Amino acid sequence: MFVDEIKTGTVIDHITAGKGKKVYDILGIGENYPYKVALVMNVPSKTREKKDILKIEDVFLSDVQINLISLVAKDATINIIEDSQVKEKKKAILPNKIVGVGKCANVNCITNFESAAENHFDKESSKYKCLYCERLFSPEDLVK
Amino acid sequence: MNVITMHDFDRKFIETILSLAEEKDNSTENNPIFSNKVLATLFFEPSTRTKLSFQTAASRLGMQYIDFLTEMSSLKKGESFTDTIKVVAGYADVLVIRHPNEGAAKLASVICNKPIINAGDGSNQHPTQTFLDLYTIKKSQGRLNDLYIAMSGDLKYGRTVHSLATALAYFGARLYFIAPEHLQMPKEILDYLDKKGIKYSLHNRIEDVIDKVDILYCTRIQKERFVDIQDFVKIKDIFVLKPEMLKNVKPNLRIMHPLPRINEITTDVDKTEYAQYFEQAHNGVPVRMALLEYVMTH
Repeated sequence: MFVDEIKTGTVIDHITAGKGKKVYDILGIGENYPYKVALVMNVPSKTREKKDILKIEDVFLSDVQINLISLVAKDATINIIEDSQVKEKKKAILPNKIVGVGKCANVNCITNFESAAENHFDKESSKYKCLYCERLFSPEDLVK
Repeated sequence: MNVITMHDFDRKFIETILSLAEEKDNSTENNPIFSNKVLATLFFEPSTRTKLSFQTAASRLGMQYIDFLTEMSSLKKGESFTDTIKVVAGYADVLVIRHPNEGAAKLASVICNKPIINAGDGSNQHPTQTFLDLYTIKKSQGRLNDLYIAMSGDLKYGRTVHSLATALAYFGARLYFIAPEHLQMPKEILDYLDKKGIKYSLHNRIEDVIDKVDILYCTRIQKERFVDIQDFVKIKDIFVLKPEMLKNVKPNLRIMHPLPRINEITTDVDKTEYAQYFEQAHNGVPVRMALLEYVMTH
């Protein structure tokens, strides 16, 4: 399988195999997304058996977007590409606050019933606390 | 100011409210300081004590109150909780809300600029009950510090025990949690107590701890929490408090219950000097007067 290299944009590498679609989703890439995107899954990897890779042309992710990736692929490397070269490598770190993304894993939380309620989670050690129902969840629970 | 969760309050604030409640309790006269203000009670779940004591408290402070009745409202037409709150916020100066979903009162406080008082949000918190529980404990024991307090029944879904355990962490209580294994105190609360350095232990029989404690706080075990009804039948009589269990208790023991009681305390316990649940319910009025006064002035 061959996927073109990109001249400018972002390559998200070392995504745990099978999690590429989750990264795609958390970045809000949908059917009307205006940029070229390639999601390659189950690619052979030197450091692990296999991995997923997501390439997005002409897009540089914000730090907020990069940190959201850590919720679903904590080992991912974010490569910033300019002139076909890796200009910078970044690692996603768990954000202190998540707003408007994810879903409270407590099925009885009011945010799962009211469309006007914007999800809001604050980090407490390695978990996230829902601002509304006050339950604590692991990062993966918020993006199931 | 809002009253949403006990996590928002420190020991100093709790003591301020309890002092104000004592003043209200000791005053035999009404205190109509808010005669031009309106309280709205919005109970999306049934209530007797909480709603009536809020309405009584409002009356004693000179406030008018309006009551939202779910079965007669536009909820039946599909109106959202959010829209309902926005509308009622235009009619009232303070909103008291009970709702079956966790986080409902918090959401109300985010979408409207009137004071919100949480009167119970799903299985999460019931902070005004906690203020009246603390007031009742202080009144009976003369202090809140360093007491031995047991909670029994449904500790997993019972919001009153979640709020109370959170608040007691400020006062260095030794806590005993008595419940069937699958209805024990949630991990979030136990983690919080660990963080605060509060000593607690888990038990499955009231008799194991009743002789050691100053307060036994009973709650109702609800049949609907059991997947297998036979499991409920097996344990329902284990968590019933009877007079013969009180033979060797400390003289200052007081038995509390947020009510309604079904069968978890037999009625012949009511006659003993230890029963305090009806006085506890009555304390809802001065405590809620204090809370209303505080939120209206801060």
